[in-house]
Amino acid sequence: MLDILLSLLVLTGAGFTFVGSLGLLRLRDFYTRLHGPTKATTLGVGCLLVASSVYFSTHHTLSLHEILVTLFLFMTAPVSAHLLAKAALHLGVKSLAPVPPAAGPGPDGIGKPKP
Amino acid sequence: MLNTVIPIAYALVAFAFLFSFIRLIVGPNAPDRILGLDTLYVNTVALLVLLGIDLGNPIYFEAALLIAMMGFVGTVALCKYLLRGDIIE
Amino acid sequence: MKRLLPHPVLTLVLAALWLLLVNTFTAGHLMLGLLLGWLIPFATASLWPQSVCIRNLPTLLRYVAVVVYDIVLGSFRVARLILGRPASLRPAFVTVPLELRTDLAISLLANTISLTPGTVSVLLSEDHRSLIVHSLDTGDATTMVAEIKHRYEAPLKAIFESC
Repeated sequence: MLDILLSLLVLTGAGFTFVGSLGLLRLRDFYTRLHGPTKATTLGVGCLLVASSVYFSTHHTLSLHEILVTLFLFMTAPVSAHLLAKAALHLGVKSLAPVPPAAGPGPDGIGKPKP
Repeated sequence: MLNTVIPIAYALVAFAFLFSFIRLIVGPNAPDRILGLDTLYVNTVALLVLLGIDLGNPIYFEAALLIAMMGFVGTVALCKYLLRGDIIE
Repeated sequence: MKRLLPHPVLTLVLAALWLLLVNTFTAGHLMLGLLLGWLIPFATASLWPQSVCIRNLPTLLRYVAVVVYDIVLGSFRVARLILGRPASLRPAFVTVPLELRTDLAISLLANTISLTPGTVSVLLSEDHRSLIVHSLDTGDATTMVAEIKHRYEAPLKAIFESC
């Protein structure tokens, strides 16, 4: 029973990690590529960490420090995605969706040179 | 059952490495490369956790924690450089 | 009291983090964790001028549950979109007007948006009154904005901005 749960968690985790990176390769503009690693990969690694926690808690002593990395990843993934998107807007990276004027490199967008 | 699943998981993570690495090499622009690098870091965390389960050794966890932190700091510093042309003002 | 213990919540969080980091639960480590949890906010108090106010604990717990559920759901949705045909995606930038005013609540909302189905928060306007969101596959922008406001913004407002 535990074995099945562990296998399922490991497989889901690795699967999501794979799909996240596949999105990075496959999608067609930077902003859509951003979605794969922030969501799928983060959940994938989260699943693997939960599997690790369950594995060590049942085979050795109670092990909860995997929660630390999971929390850390779930807090940092959106922050780095936000910063990357901001940097891409600043540089005027090609986008499939029309970029709103407040975000584009124009007189009132973030592309204007900082004083 | 875990013993049959872990090689499959290794293969999936290895392909994830390959895809992120291709994105890192091909670009076509700086944010794309940084995103590829960031994903490589997260994939490394996944691989280390998997190794820890496979070898039954909790020591790999410390490395995973450090790599997760370094990856985040690196990504933020690179983005900051792209945004401002400077890291520490 | 306020000077000696500037952030009681942060103290407890740091103590819990210490216990998780050393991965053992003993009285000694609990004491060390509490000591660190007191020392760090005390030494860095000038970096955290605002104190955090949390009201409505049940709302907070329900919010966490909703977000965890949406993260799992969102990852499955994104995985399906990635494995589908990339050419059929309808990406769009959508502007979400904000009612939240505190920095903490706004950053939590932005993080939540990035982790949940098909959306990544991209840019906060300079006056902090609207958030630009990139959506991977947009059906109807107005219902998406309404859902974000109803599902995430309203509880955050109740938790962090009612005192």
